[in-house]
Amino acid sequence: MRNFYLVLGAAAIVGAGILVYMVRRPAEVGIPANVVVTPADTAGFAGYVIGSPSAPVEVMEYSDYQCPFCQGFALIQFPTVKERLIDGGQVRWRYRDFPLEQHPAARTAAHSTACADDQGRYWEQHHAVFEGQAEWSEARNAAKEFRSYAERLGLDMKAYDDCMQSAKYAGRIQASVESGVRLGVNSTPTFFVNGRPATAAAVSYDRLKALVDSLSAPTAP
Amino acid sequence: MAAALLSLSGVFVSAYLYLYKLGKIGSLACGAGGCETVQLSRWSTFIGVDVALIGLAGYAALLVLSLAGLQPRWSESRGVSTMLIAASGAGLLFAIYLTYLELFVIHAICRWCVASAVIVAAVFVVAVLDRRRFSRQAAPGAA
Repeated sequence: MRNFYLVLGAAAIVGAGILVYMVRRPAEVGIPANVVVTPADTAGFAGYVIGSPSAPVEVMEYSDYQCPFCQGFALIQFPTVKERLIDGGQVRWRYRDFPLEQHPAARTAAHSTACADDQGRYWEQHHAVFEGQAEWSEARNAAKEFRSYAERLGLDMKAYDDCMQSAKYAGRIQASVESGVRLGVNSTPTFFVNGRPATAAAVSYDRLKALVDSLSAPTAP
Repeated sequence: MAAALLSLSGVFVSAYLYLYKLGKIGSLACGAGGCETVQLSRWSTFIGVDVALIGLAGYAALLVLSLAGLQPRWSESRGVSTMLIAASGAGLLFAIYLTYLELFVIHAICRWCVASAVIVAAVFVVAVLDRRRFSRQAAPGAA
């Protein structure tokens, strides 16, 4: 019987020690999915926009940072689209988050870019997160990788850390997901050109250019 | 003895989940993330009390009952054994209800909740098997 109490006591000490360690270790960032979206989450915000407000064509993209196809588009097609169509004033781009359930770090990635947006560096962090997808997708603590990208961009890390810990944009990300669901988005990337759904294949630079040209062309009298 | 060890492990599982609800630990070690979906759902409270806290109190009670049953003055008492069966049985029914919610209402599985359900089921089985000891002892007199 004495041995039993020794075993029980040892188990109690080990268990309590593990819990104390968990409480004291630096908290990992977790961005909850099932938040209740409030009006404040979406007030004055309908995605991250780049391009001229007067551009004749708006492309809205629903994307997931952990989706390989989204990464391919972001790193291969988008730079050309930006250089030739967005910077040329023909297209305005609206990026909306659509983290898929099967991608556990996608929501934290989206939150990381939202925190960079607080400091006016959204697109830089957006690019860095897509570029590092292979690193953080397999990482035990993806938030640590996102933090290192933010640090490399020279962000105010105290503000960034506070933003991430607060998960203050969880509602906004969820609102973006819900807006996509309402539009019928069920995979990523999904594009809408002037509000009309376009297949991902149609949004290569060449096809988009042709589409933009057709939409921008003056109508015959 | 097995019931006491199992109850102690249940105390730690529910304490872990309750500390998460209190925001004392960052995220749950839970693979695909079903734990957070379950723990942040509206079914994570029962009549206004955190389910994890109910589990913590329940396992603490099971631990006390298990240890009481090991004391010489109560080791032959059917009363303590009956209370252990009743308490672990109630815990098992509650765990079945929570598992139903996970599978058919929340559509997410929390592996820590599954672990807790297995633990309380094991305590119940051990308590019932221990109870049979009294039946065997009573059998010669009854013949």
